[in-house]
Amino acid sequence: MSVNTADVAKIASLARIKVSEAQLEAMVPELNGILAWVEQLGEVDVTGVTPMTAVIPNTLRLRDDVVNADPLTGGDIRDAVLANAPVAEHGFFGVPKVIE
Amino acid sequence: MRNHRFELMTDLTELGVAALRDGVAGGAFTATEVAQAFNAAVEAAQGALNAFIVTTPDAALAAAAKVDAMRAAGQPLGKMAGVPIGMKDLFATKGVQTTAASKILEGFVPPYESTVSQKLWDAGAGMLGKLNLDQFAMGSSNETSGFGKVISPWRKGDDTTPLAPGGSSGGSSAAVAARIAPAATGTDTGGSIRQPAAFTGISGIKPTYGRCSRWGVVAFASSLDQAGPMARDVRDCAIMLEAMAGFDPKDSTSLDLPVPAWEAGLNADLRGKKVGIPREYRVDGLDADVAKSWDDGIAWLKDAGAEIVDISLPHTKYALPTYYIIAPAEASSNLARYDGVRYGLRDLPEGANLQEMYAATRAAGFGDEVKRRILIGTYVLSAGFYDAYYTQAQKVRALISQDFMKAFETVDVILTPTAPSAAFPLGQKSTDPVEMYLNDVFSVPASLAGLPAMSVPAGLSRDGLPLGLHVIGRPLDEQGVLNASLALEQRAQFSAKPGKWW
Repeated sequence: MSVNTADVAKIASLARIKVSEAQLEAMVPELNGILAWVEQLGEVDVTGVTPMTAVIPNTLRLRDDVVNADPLTGGDIRDAVLANAPVAEHGFFGVPKVIE
Repeated sequence: MRNHRFELMTDLTELGVAALRDGVAGGAFTATEVAQAFNAAVEAAQGALNAFIVTTPDAALAAAAKVDAMRAAGQPLGKMAGVPIGMKDLFATKGVQTTAASKILEGFVPPYESTVSQKLWDAGAGMLGKLNLDQFAMGSSNETSGFGKVISPWRKGDDTTPLAPGGSSGGSSAAVAARIAPAATGTDTGGSIRQPAAFTGISGIKPTYGRCSRWGVVAFASSLDQAGPMARDVRDCAIMLEAMAGFDPKDSTSLDLPVPAWEAGLNADLRGKKVGIPREYRVDGLDADVAKSWDDGIAWLKDAGAEIVDISLPHTKYALPTYYIIAPAEASSNLARYDGVRYGLRDLPEGANLQEMYAATRAAGFGDEVKRRILIGTYVLSAGFYDAYYTQAQKVRALISQDFMKAFETVDVILTPTAPSAAFPLGQKSTDPVEMYLNDVFSVPASLAGLPAMSVPAGLSRDGLPLGLHVIGRPLDEQGVLNASLALEQRAQFSAKPGKWW
């Protein structure tokens, strides 16, 4: 499968990355080069093979069901959470107007 | 008196982790003297090598003062006490800018500390600074950094052409090879510890997936990312890995297992051990110097008492394409968090709405290679293509892992070259992405299977550049990997180091 300019524009839009027309033109052959190369996986017989989900057998743990089980990742740290925000107002993240 | 002091400080930078730790503990010199010597070396090399994104001499001195005070008070010292290290700028460090070498995170100051870096500080290590890397750890030459490329301290004789220090942990490899840090942290997703270690004549180990916590490490491909040490020799790596590893409830894939005493367990006697040589790694057109160093390695392990066994890993040729579906897929998902809202860069063009702000921010903040991988990842995960690409790749990944498990029924470790060539000049491979990806041909299979793997220096190419040998082990058998690597190290007797041209 190969991609054209319209495909790459669609992918870039899905990925929320703005690209210019000139960049699109440059990306099409690059992405097609990579896709043509990975396509060789199609020749591998994977009949009956289960897709890998974990390299080392492990069970996902649940943390204790209590408020602020780990103070570092719990609540009550609003100011620390907002400290790196490009725009923080009134204790919230600031963004451009979403609803007209 | 002044001259005497200067000589002492110069000599200290020639010492590795074990020698510094033992020297501080024994009172031969103080941790403060060590920190001063390395701070000075970092400062002197920064303009030429660009190994660091930020330097933190005060942090190194503060950690050293603490160790000196503890020693004076007769308190027990940690595994890394008095050893200043470089911290790859992928680890979040509280109060110190953490960027993943991307402009999208420029100015980001974490209010928390990654588990691995905290463990190192708790063990008495100090921080010299945050080391440069390929942007979001995506690259094999350090050319994708948003903060300028790292220059390898190695040169081809009198030729001043700048060489790649490898990647993505290229700041780490350059700093250790240049003797401006005795050791450094690295992270390895497809070879990012091992390939740069090979390029610069140092040692580096990627432990079993889950040994080192990923908490606080900027995520690239979560099913592959694993931290590890980079240092001058095998013993130093064993010491530092002990300090870095261990269960962390904050990482859902962290292994709840005790940390073995790897340093105490070092043993280069390989009698009774079997070493597999995978025939599929002897690829057509394999570089003659690399082939020779591999043959040397086979002879050395035989000399150490091991039995050499020819093995087959039939799906090897599919490892790289598998990786270049899975890693970008996971990256596209992980990097969705950079949106210009919560931290990092925001680009808000005049009159832009929220969606336009996202797209402008990500266009301005991410480098070309990062964008390329996000787009590939978005494509292979998109409706209609998911099964053909992503599911197929996860199935082939299972086959690659089964190849290894089958081989480990007969052999204890596997020996291969680390990289297909010695270091190449910067700029030489930056035009064709696939050509750059081929650098990871020998390191990626072990990453896909989550196996421990280490690179140690084997010798020099005909151009006088370092070549590495690569030992892959069973899951959780870091000791077997370290021991085989030690046997190689003792026989390679690699003592070459780059001339100090900076």
